[in-house]
Amino acid sequence: MSTPVTVYVPRDSAARSVGADEVAAAVRSAADRPIRVVRNGSRGMLWLEPLVEVATGEGRIGYGPVRPEDVDGLLAAGMLDGGDHELRLGLVDELPWMRGQDRLTFARVGVTDPLSVDDYVAHGGLAGLRRALERTPAEVVEEVTASGLRGRGGAGFPAGIKWKTVLEAAGPLKFVCCNADEGDSGTFADRMLMEGDPFCLIEGMLIAAYAAGATEGYIYIRSEYPDAIDTMRAAIDIAHAQNWLGEGILGSATNFELFVRVGAGAYICGEETSMLESLEGKRGMVRAKPPIPALSGLFGKPTVVNNVLTLASVPMVMADGADAYQARGVERSRGTQVFQLAGNIARGGIVETAFGISLGELINEFGGGTGSGRPVRAVQVGGPLGAYIPASDLDLPMDYEAFAAAGAMVGHGGIVVFDDTVDMAKQARFAMEFCAEESCGKCTPCRVGSVRGVEVVDRIIAGEDRDTNLDLLEDLCELMTDGSLCAMGGLTPLPVRSAMRHFSEDFLARDAGDRTGTAGRPVPEDAASGPPAP
Amino acid sequence: MTVGHSLSIEDRVRAIVTAHDGERGRLLPILHGIQAEFGYVDEAVVPVLAQELNISRADVHGVITFYHDFRKAPAGRTEVRVCRGEACQAVGAENLMAHAQRRLGVSTGETTPGGDVTLEQVFCLGNCALGPSVQVNGRLYGRVGTERLDTLMAEADAR
Repeated sequence: MSTPVTVYVPRDSAARSVGADEVAAAVRSAADRPIRVVRNGSRGMLWLEPLVEVATGEGRIGYGPVRPEDVDGLLAAGMLDGGDHELRLGLVDELPWMRGQDRLTFARVGVTDPLSVDDYVAHGGLAGLRRALERTPAEVVEEVTASGLRGRGGAGFPAGIKWKTVLEAAGPLKFVCCNADEGDSGTFADRMLMEGDPFCLIEGMLIAAYAAGATEGYIYIRSEYPDAIDTMRAAIDIAHAQNWLGEGILGSATNFELFVRVGAGAYICGEETSMLESLEGKRGMVRAKPPIPALSGLFGKPTVVNNVLTLASVPMVMADGADAYQARGVERSRGTQVFQLAGNIARGGIVETAFGISLGELINEFGGGTGSGRPVRAVQVGGPLGAYIPASDLDLPMDYEAFAAAGAMVGHGGIVVFDDTVDMAKQARFAMEFCAEESCGKCTPCRVGSVRGVEVVDRIIAGEDRDTNLDLLEDLCELMTDGSLCAMGGLTPLPVRSAMRHFSEDFLARDAGDRTGTAGRPVPEDAASGPPAP
Repeated sequence: MTVGHSLSIEDRVRAIVTAHDGERGRLLPILHGIQAEFGYVDEAVVPVLAQELNISRADVHGVITFYHDFRKAPAGRTEVRVCRGEACQAVGAENLMAHAQRRLGVSTGETTPGGDVTLEQVFCLGNCALGPSVQVNGRLYGRVGTERLDTLMAEADAR
């Protein structure tokens, strides 16, 4: 009894949002023998949070979802020895949800203490960086290119090609900027990685910096993520103390300084050039391209801009080699993607698996269908600028090109499920409203088009000159798609048009007082009224 | 706001600017610092920042007004931010927001007359599998229904 039992209670903010702190406190105060509480990241089985794990001789036994008031009963049932209880889930690594995945980028998330140097190294940390430092920057770029790793932020641009451009750009000062402005609804993997394995992101940025010849880096984290900000800052301090950052990193000639910068509630700053403007201390106005950021980025210097998951995938690519990564996936979508099941879903969370899995497998087999138990009606993939996909198309494989061919986008793999009470005309209106609210205002199609878009959808819903207004909306969508400066205005038509195409019945005129769609579907009271004014 | 502070607003702003000396593109970190110090970004700081950073007042004003986070006036004692992202909409966020508005008698972005509660909308708190999500005084809560929201607001008010 002298060795304390290790109990894991996640510190991930999603777990905290449903009481993980209270559970950790209850376990600490009620345990009748010495325990060591580790606040790990989340395993990504968010419906089971707070998920408590106990280290036993046979492995880590999970209990969840645990409420503070369950703790006494769990301890009485012998939880500290892996004892039986109705909340006992068994060995966490053996749960079907975990076994069905191929965790590379998320290999350590939920497993380790996020701020433990020993845990990080013991679980494979730094292997990628060490291997990179033994090679020339050009060889590292070549390896990342050969792996097929594409930008995970949504656009899917090959990471190695971007790095090569920066490496070959002349100049004494270059930057690596990590886009952690994860503003899209339905995405939380960036946040979970930063909270659950921050050293992995730091290592990825170090490899990028070495490959591109950069000496200074910034992680631009949205202000809505206070836990991720705190964890990254703490990790950077620890990394400095370990000489993983600073000068002469790991005994090499490589120098790299890394800073966290906090956004200020502007969705558009997730667009890379807008983020660069914001990092420069300016309004987050989108820049016209060219010049591309790789040549003229932050303060006009050559800059690598990558998303959190892209950079966090790099250590594994370098540690295991390009072939191991390239061997996974389909067609031109190589490696794994960290899918995020969200919205009205029974089992929401993180599913990291090779590209090529179908949307239906993710939603039904991993996700268990809707949380409400009603039929799935629509699924939005890729954030607020992603298409709505009807339930009849769930056989679509998760593959950049297959989605593009279907008029949709994989984006960053965020999947938001809606049941059959959703009003798709209202969702189309929201897409326009969101664009109007968050447009940077630089280009007219986005700034004005979105406002006109809300008005036109309102007229359609009200039954005014329906056919004319539907044509007008289609026209407006075409103009925004072709004429906008960036993806904000350029992709807002994607959810609008997909809603019109697949759910045309929702755009039929409703008489005043008629609260049902023409298909006779009941529309819940809150769905029939317009959203509150911003 | 100045109770307990012997320094003028200008001096306090200058101290925040100095704390960020040497940082590249430091206006945003400075504005976050000002909001943390004063609870909002008063118009009076604009000329001070313009002078300190050697940029125009229009530039400073432009940056402050671009970002949703920077408040023009202090928030209420309790700040409630309801997520209106699509994932939360799929589980009833619009209903929750309508409830909060009715309950507080304010629209989004407004503060109740006594300065008790400020109601804000936010587009995504990164808790999309456990919605509807709400932030109360910076703390994130998941699976918040109307009753839970009432409880959370009452608890915040009692503190």
